[in-house]
Formats: sequence, structure tokens, C-alpha cells
Amino acid sequence: MPAHLSARLCSLALSLFLIAFALPAFAGPFEDAVAKFANDDFSDTEEAIGVVAGSGNKLAFPIISALQDGRLMADPDSKKVYVTGADGKSIDAATGEAVASVPDSASAVRLNNRLRRSVDAALGSLTLQSPDVGTRLQAAQSVFKSHEETALEAVDAALAKESNKSVKTALGEARAAILLFKSDATEVEKLEAVATLKARGDQDALALLTGMGDQPDSVTKAAASAISSIQSSLAVWSTVQNAWYGLSLGSVLLLAAIGLAITFGVMGVINMAHGEMVMLGAYTTFVVQEVIRTRYPGLFDYSLLIAVPLAFVVAGAIGVLIERSIIRFLYGRPLETLLATWGLSLVLQQAVRTMFGPTNREVGNPSWMSGAFELGQITITYNRLWILCFTLAVFAILLAMLRYTALGLEMRAVTQNRRMAASMGIATSRVDALTFGLGSGIAGIAGVALSQIDNVSPNLGQSYIIDSFMVVVFGGVGNLWGTLVGAFTLGIANKFLEPVAGAVLGKIAILVLIILFIQKRPRGLFALKGRAVEA
Amino acid sequence: MNVMDTRATSAMLYLDGVHVSFDGFHAINNLSLTLEPGEMRAIIGPNGAGKTTMMDIITGKTKPDEGTVLFDGVTDLTRLDETRIAELGIGRKFQKPTVFESQTVQDNLLLALNVDHSVKATLFWRGSKAESERIDKVLETIRLTEARNRLAGSLSHGQKQWLEIGMLLAQDPKLLLVDEPVAGMTDVETHLTAELLKEINKTHTVMVVEHDMTFVRELGVKVTCLHEGTVLAEGTIDQVSSNERVIEVYLGR
Amino acid sequence: MTPHMLTRSLDRGATIFLAIVAACGILIPLSNLLLPADSFLQVPTYLVALWGKYVCYAILALAIDLIWGYCGILSLGHGAFFALGGYAMGMYLMRQIGTRGVYGNPILPDFMVFLNWQKLPWYWYGFDMFWFAALMVLFVPGLLAFCFGWLAFRSRVTGVYLSIITQAMTYALLLAFFRNDFGFGGNNGLTDFKDILGFNVQAEGTRAALFALSCLALIVGFLICRAIVSSKLGKVLIAVRDAESRTRFLGYRVESYKLFVFTVSACMAGVAGALYVPQVGIINPSEFAPGNSIEAVIWVAVGGRGTLVGAALGAVVVNYAKTFFTSGVLAPYWLFMLGALFILVTLLLPKGIVGTFNAWWAQSKEKRAATSVSAAAEDGVTEPKMAE
Repeated sequence: MPAHLSARLCSLALSLFLIAFALPAFAGPFEDAVAKFANDDFSDTEEAIGVVAGSGNKLAFPIISALQDGRLMADPDSKKVYVTGADGKSIDAATGEAVASVPDSASAVRLNNRLRRSVDAALGSLTLQSPDVGTRLQAAQSVFKSHEETALEAVDAALAKESNKSVKTALGEARAAILLFKSDATEVEKLEAVATLKARGDQDALALLTGMGDQPDSVTKAAASAISSIQSSLAVWSTVQNAWYGLSLGSVLLLAAIGLAITFGVMGVINMAHGEMVMLGAYTTFVVQEVIRTRYPGLFDYSLLIAVPLAFVVAGAIGVLIERSIIRFLYGRPLETLLATWGLSLVLQQAVRTMFGPTNREVGNPSWMSGAFELGQITITYNRLWILCFTLAVFAILLAMLRYTALGLEMRAVTQNRRMAASMGIATSRVDALTFGLGSGIAGIAGVALSQIDNVSPNLGQSYIIDSFMVVVFGGVGNLWGTLVGAFTLGIANKFLEPVAGAVLGKIAILVLIILFIQKRPRGLFALKGRAVEA
Repeated sequence: MNVMDTRATSAMLYLDGVHVSFDGFHAINNLSLTLEPGEMRAIIGPNGAGKTTMMDIITGKTKPDEGTVLFDGVTDLTRLDETRIAELGIGRKFQKPTVFESQTVQDNLLLALNVDHSVKATLFWRGSKAESERIDKVLETIRLTEARNRLAGSLSHGQKQWLEIGMLLAQDPKLLLVDEPVAGMTDVETHLTAELLKEINKTHTVMVVEHDMTFVRELGVKVTCLHEGTVLAEGTIDQVSSNERVIEVYLGR
Repeated sequence: MTPHMLTRSLDRGATIFLAIVAACGILIPLSNLLLPADSFLQVPTYLVALWGKYVCYAILALAIDLIWGYCGILSLGHGAFFALGGYAMGMYLMRQIGTRGVYGNPILPDFMVFLNWQKLPWYWYGFDMFWFAALMVLFVPGLLAFCFGWLAFRSRVTGVYLSIITQAMTYALLLAFFRNDFGFGGNNGLTDFKDILGFNVQAEGTRAALFALSCLALIVGFLICRAIVSSKLGKVLIAVRDAESRTRFLGYRVESYKLFVFTVSACMAGVAGALYVPQVGIINPSEFAPGNSIEAVIWVAVGGRGTLVGAALGAVVVNYAKTFFTSGVLAPYWLFMLGALFILVTLLLPKGIVGTFNAWWAQSKEKRAATSVSAAAEDGVTEPKMAE
């Protein structure tokens, strides 16, 4: 041993000795341990963590969690240690008494990676027996991640008492994780551990199994098979996840396009202001929520239910107005209709901008639409789920309406043979206005739903217009089922391309694919055939 | 390849076992029909009998699901598009007169002339004496010399029908398909049209679809009656019009 | 262009139009450069640049009118060709900056240095040479239009379907050019240009020259369009516009005709973009915005489609109005006005300014002819030729 090193060790020992005697005599093991945090020495800190965590003192949890967050301040001169709360107030770590301020000489107790694991484990065991189920579950999960051997006892103790099923599973998994890395665990224990992790089957379990290091042959073999089984199940789940995202995007596309399927698909009117009808629906939701907020705060959860019919009426009425004042003069001149309605979209956007300002307006989620739940390995948010259900409901109602109501019958009659319908006594111009109003009204309803997931701004509609046309054209004009299939196909295709190509390139790829598809089948997926198409 | 060796039939137009359906509706059902060179044939039949669809098939607008369509004994028309078929020498007059309304009568005929129709040729085109003489001659035939500088859109219905026939003449095809040439015409005009078609038939093979039985009788040619996409009867006008089935489905008792 | 095509294409309206453009192209730069700054007739430099922009828009409008007015192809993606031409020119101007950039890299433009790129991407090669960039100004938009048109026209995508997919095309390009790793400066685009062919782009003389060049390009573009529409090909285009399938049955390969004009039109749009960029000093992805392309169509509609002169006039009028309104207290109302313009023109003035004027002129000429005939008849003059 080099001379200077031994000299240093001697002086270190000496100073430790001195410190021990310099401390106040009344100090118990807990207070001693706390004081060790002030030594700025990793092994002392580790020792202190062990003692504090095992002390049963009520300050143990605040101290360790402060240590984890870098809020545990130690003064090397006075050997005093303080816990600074998130609110800025501080207490003396040894006594729990509030202190006015932490001395300037104090600095946060430092951690290295090894210590961080000890901290995680200590925190885990500290909270494993908390009365709160959520805390217990979190603690079990944090032990699972740190898989410190020191936590094994605490886990076993907690496991014996635990009655909640999900916490019990989490504890079992935590135990398995510890055993897998424990060098002196038996082969049987390890095999069990592998089986438990295999049953868990997620990305974390996979990480543990792949990083477990040298093990007996039988364990390695079991782990290998567990890894491949987890990997394949993960692949399935990621497909399911993408499919869900795709369905969700598809439902948004369908919602935006469904009104267009009526005005463009059924009537053949190309309405570039369609997106603005969606936007008006979203702003209707905003206004409804504003009124509720200021007058009837208790009704907030019903705001969307109130907004849906209102949005339908607002957008529908404006639609009828547009049809009567502009579009009816342009029947048979699709390109002119396109230009006029584009101009209209500018006017509507600017009108909304003037009334509500150019910035995003806040539209809130009612409580039943916020939050999420886990389904296997994927997370499903309630607002997306509701929008999917809502979209399908709107679609079903629309189909039923077209099929079973008098207006639906008249609409189909007029679109199939206008002259014949007129001579049968159907007021075709009234049907035109109502059909256009219906399409616009549905766009308004779409706006209510989209206000829940998108920014409500005057430009809201613009971002949907191209997508909506793509969906209708792709699905085949004049066919609502085509629109449904088109929307979900594009949504899912988009989400499956995204992980490969990235979000923007994925979108570009989809646009290019649609352009190519239209070249191949100019009339869409479900095209009508025959001589009538040309007429 | 030697054309003579591959010639399957002497017919100008040969349709055999042609089927077309649109979404389950059989528009053309096992249709077989033969047109000899130099022949004029009148096609009659009720609405929806498949007359126009048959013309769509011959001119390449609609592709048959199955069946043979041969032109001039050698060319399989089912594989070609409208442009190519027109270039081969099949001209068509539509049921609804379609002339280029915003262009003059003269320009309509100029466009129809069977000269080089490539982009380059039209871009660097300069009028020639031969071309204007041909246009003058067609104008005279269809009696529109006076109206040569008028916009086609300003012509009367009958004049448009004639202009379209004139465009067929300028196109000078081997086979003319004429869909309802006398619809909306006065009796005098109808008579003149019959005369005109007979004149044309001296040098061209013609297929005429028409509802007007007087007109068909005046043409005095072989008649084919279509019903539900298939041939119901074929023969002289008297034979066909005394056929029980034809009377039942088309002529009425 | 052969002489007979030139003479055929110059009717009275065309000649007057060309004379006016030529006069502007010569007099405005001269007035800007030669007259003293306090002179009443001196055109200030900022106006030269502004009007230069209008002239570029007029070329774009001509390009749109050629395909929409004469062939019925409503492209809502012509802004993309304009922007591509602009980017080609912008790339040349970027390469001319050399070591004068912020990072002083002799080869890499600043944004590439900023992105930590080590070498120039292959598609930037050659843009340090003006002739190459000029070629690309025509070639890139032309090639895109050719490929796009080849696919679209061959499979007979027409009418609003074509309009919608041209929107999708420019939208896809917008998204692509916004990406940094695409190599065209991402969001910020290309800017901070220093000089063009060795002349400072900011200098008065350069601006005047660019203005004159833009006018020349407008004249050449107009002559090309006139030559096309006054040839037999122009008649075929109108035939396609009015009755596409009839034209097919006459034996014309409609898709070739459409492809031809579409490509020519895209090249013209590219030239317009290339002249636009040095005059405004920047090109960025917002030029690809779908709305821009639609706006360009309304210039044509306002001026009168199918008249060429009207397209150019419409571009200048609408953009002058835009400058006028967006720079004053009326700025918040500009979009209302633009929107209303779209609606009112399609509803009330479908022929546009020039189209309506032409119709009125033809009508009054007919009336004058008719009255002189009846007057002649009353005078007992029996020679009907007198009426002409």
C-alpha cells in the first residue's frame, strides 16, 4: 500500500473517531444514522439509508424520499441534516422540528447510481405496508424496478399480509425480480422467478430477463424461452396498440368526413367550407361550456350532451343558408362551387377570428371523458373511446335515417333521378337544402367531438378538409359504407406506417398512396359502375 | 404477320357471346351480331335493351366481361381504348348531340378530319387547301355552308344532329355508329337524314340505332331488335315487326 | 416557334397587352434608375420590387389559365410548381453566399452547418452554377407535373377529383419541406441571399433588372400560351374542356394533350417562382400551402378565364388590392373581402373582367353592325357588304 494512501486512511479513521465523540451524547441510533448523511461519503450514506429505513421512525419516509429528490440538505460543519419540503419549508431531519432556514453551508446529499438503487429499495420497503393500496402498489413496482436484495425481507413480510390481489401480484413479481438477481437463490427459486416474469410479460420483465447475467443452465434456458414468448406477445400487443390508435384516428377521420360523404358523396356538391362547419361545432361547444362555467357550474359534465344538438342546429342552419344563398346557383358547376365555398371558408374563419380571437380557446373534458384504463399492455383513454363509440353511433343513425325516414327516401330519390323525383311531387329544392343542412349539421356534431382532442381555433377546420376529401374519394363517392371503410383503412394504415416512417413521412406516404390509388381506381374503393356514373 | 392469314371473319364487325354486367345487372347478355362490309343495319329495341351499351363496347368505352368483339376481321376491340378504336376507323354519333359548342361549325369539322392527331402535329398545324376543300364539301353535304362561322352552340337541335353526322363524314371512318340520329327532328328533317344516311352508306358501313319506325322503314335495311341485352329478332323490317316477341316487348299490339 | 405561329397568335388584344407590358418593363426600371429621387415620375425601389412580385404572380396566373381556361384542368396545386421553381433559384442563391454566411462555411449553407451536417447532400450539387439552377427551375416542376399528370390523366382522373389530388400533392410537399432533414432549410426555408450572378440582390440596379426580366418572362410566357391556344392544338384543348369523351371518339389521345399543357404550365409556374424569390428575398415551405394555390386560381377567375390577358390582369388587380388592404386599418377585413371576391365572382361575374368586357364588346359590335345595315337599307343602298 503506498504510504500516502495509508496516511490518508489513517486521517479518515481519525476524523471519524473524532466525529463520533463530538456528537451530542443523547443521540440514539436513528439520530446517529441521520448525522451520517452529513459526512458526504457514499458508504456512510448507504449505511445511513439502511438504518433509517429499518428504524420504524416516522421521519424515515420523508428523509429517504427527500434524499431521492435531492431535497435532503446536510451541513458538513454542524453535522446537521435538514429535509426541505416541496413547499420550501424545512425541518430538522433528526428531530422533525421545523427550522426557519437551512444554513447556506448546507448542500444536498449526493447520490451515485448504486446508492440510488438502495434508496429505491428502501423507499419500496418503507411503503410496502402503507395502508393506502395505491402507495403499496407503487412501492411494489419500485422494488420490482430496483430489485435490491435488501428489500427481499420487506417484500416477504408484505406478501404475507397482503390481501389485495393486484398488489399481491406486484409483490410476487418484485420478489421474482429480486430472486433472479440474488446470487445465492436456489435454482428452483430462480425458475419460479422466470415463470413469474414470463407471466408478467411486459417490456420491464423482458429487460430483467435479458439483463440477468450468469445463471445456471436450466435458468438460462427457461429465461430464453420466456424471452421469446414475451417478445412475441409484446409484438402482438404493439400491433393491438397500433390498431387501437388506428381505429381512434379512423374514427376522427370518419367523423370529419361523414358530413362530406353526404354533401359531396350524395349530392355531388364540393364544399370546401366543410371544415369550417366542423369548426363552428367546436366553437358551439366552447360557448356552451362558457355559459355553464359562469352560470351553472354543476352541469359541466352534461356540456357535451347539450352541445351536440346545438352544434347540429347551428351548423345545419348555416348550411341551409349557404345552400339557399350560394350553392343552389352553382349546381352542375363543381369547380365554381369549389371556389365559392373556399371563399366562404375564408369568410367564416375570419368571422370566428373576429368574434373569438385568433388564439386557441379552452374546451374542457367532462369527468367521464378524462382519464384512461389499461387493457393488457395498452392504455386506452376514455375520450378516444367515447369518440369512437360516438362516431359509430352517428354513422348508424345517419344510415337508419337515410333508409327509413321520409327525408332519407326523398334524398335518395332526388340524387338518383332529379327530374323523376320532381315529377313525382318531391320538392327537390327543399330536399337539396335539407340534405346540405344535414351534411353541415353532422359536421357540426363532429366539431363537438373534435373539440375534445384538438385545439379549438379558427383554423381547426382547415386541418381536416384535405383528409376528409381523401377519405370520401378513397372510399368511393356516394357510398356511406365506403366512407366508413375508407376512414378506418386510412387511420390504421397511417398508424402502422408511423412507427416505421415517422409521423410526418407517414402522412406524406399516405397522401402519395391515395394519389396513386385514385389513379388506379378513379372512383374509389366502392365505386358505382355503369352508364349512370357518367351522366 | 400476314393480315390475310389471321382474318377470322369477313365481317366488318363481329360480336360473339358478349356479356356485360353492372353491379349484378346484366346489361348485355350473350349478344352476337355480325355486320358485313358496306352493310347498313338498323338496331331497334325498348329502353334498356342494351343498344347504347353495345355501342359503348364497340367504341371501347365499356369493357365486356366476356365475349369476342372483332373489327375488320382482325382487331380485337376489347383490348383497345376509345382513341385507338377511333383511329382504326370507327366513328360514333351520340344519342344526345355532342358537338363542341363554343367553337365554330367549321372548327368542329376541322377537329374531326382524319389527319394526324398527335400533339406535335396539331401544335405546328397550318391549314392546307385539301383540308379546306374537304370541309367545304362536308358543309355542303350537311347543308351548313351558311352557318360555317357560327358557334356550334347556337345551332338548332336538328342542325347539331347534322353537324355531328358531318363530323363523322369528316372523320371518314370505315364503320359509322349512329345513335338516334333523328330524335327531335321534324318530318322533313327526318326524311333528309334518311337520304343522307343512304348516301353515306354507299361508301361506308353503318349501324343506326333508332326508335322512329317510320325512319327505319324508310332506310329499308336489315333490322336487329335487341331486348334485355340480347338479339330478339333479325331480318327485314316486315319480318321483325311481325315477330310475336318483338310486338310483345317493343312495338305493342 | 415558327413565324406563322407568331403572327397567328397576335390578335389586337394580345398586341395591346404585350405593348403595355413591354412599356412597363422598360419605363419603370429606367424611371427608377435615371430620374432623381424627388422627381414626381420616379418609381421608388420598393415599388419596383412590389410590382416585380405582381408580374411573377401574373406569370403564374397565365400558367393556370392555360390549363384551366382552355383545357378545363383545375389545378389546385400550382403553387407547388411555383415554389419548386423558387426553391431551385433559392438553392443557387444560397450557394452564392459562400463564406459570407454566419458560420462562414464555403460549401454548406448556414442551416446545414447548424444541423451539424458534414457534407452537401447530392441534390444540392450543381446549384452553384447558374445555368444548372436555371435548368432545374424548368426541369423540376416540369418533371413533377409530367409524372403526376402521366398517372392522373392516363387513368382519367378529372374534374374535382383532380383538383383534390393536386391539393393533396401540394399539401404533401408542404409537410415534406417543413422537415429539417429534407435538406431545404425546414421551417425557415432559404433566405439571407447576397448576390445573383455577381450582382447584389438588394441593389437598385439588380432589382430594376429583375423587374425588366420578369416583364420579359411574362411576354415570352404570354406568347407561348397564345401560340398554343391559337394553334389547332388550342382548338383540341377547348374540345377536351367542353366534351372530353367526344374528343376521344374523334381519335385524339386526350391524355397526351393534357399532359403537354400541364407540363408546359408547370414549367411556366416554375419560372415565375424563380423570378419571385430573388425579388422577395426568401422562399419557405408556406409557399406550398394549399390555400396559396387556390388563391392563385381566383386571380384567373377575377380576370376572366380562357382569356390569358384577363389572368395576368386579375393577378395584378387582386394582389394590388391585397397589398392595399392588408397594409392599412382595413387589414382584419381583407379575408372577408377575399372570401367575398371568391363568392361574388363565381356567382355574378363567371366570365371575369376581361371575359365580360369581351362579351359586351362583341355584342355592341353586332348591334352597331345591325343598325348600320338597317340604316343602309333605309337609304336604299342594296350592297350588303357595306355593313362590314
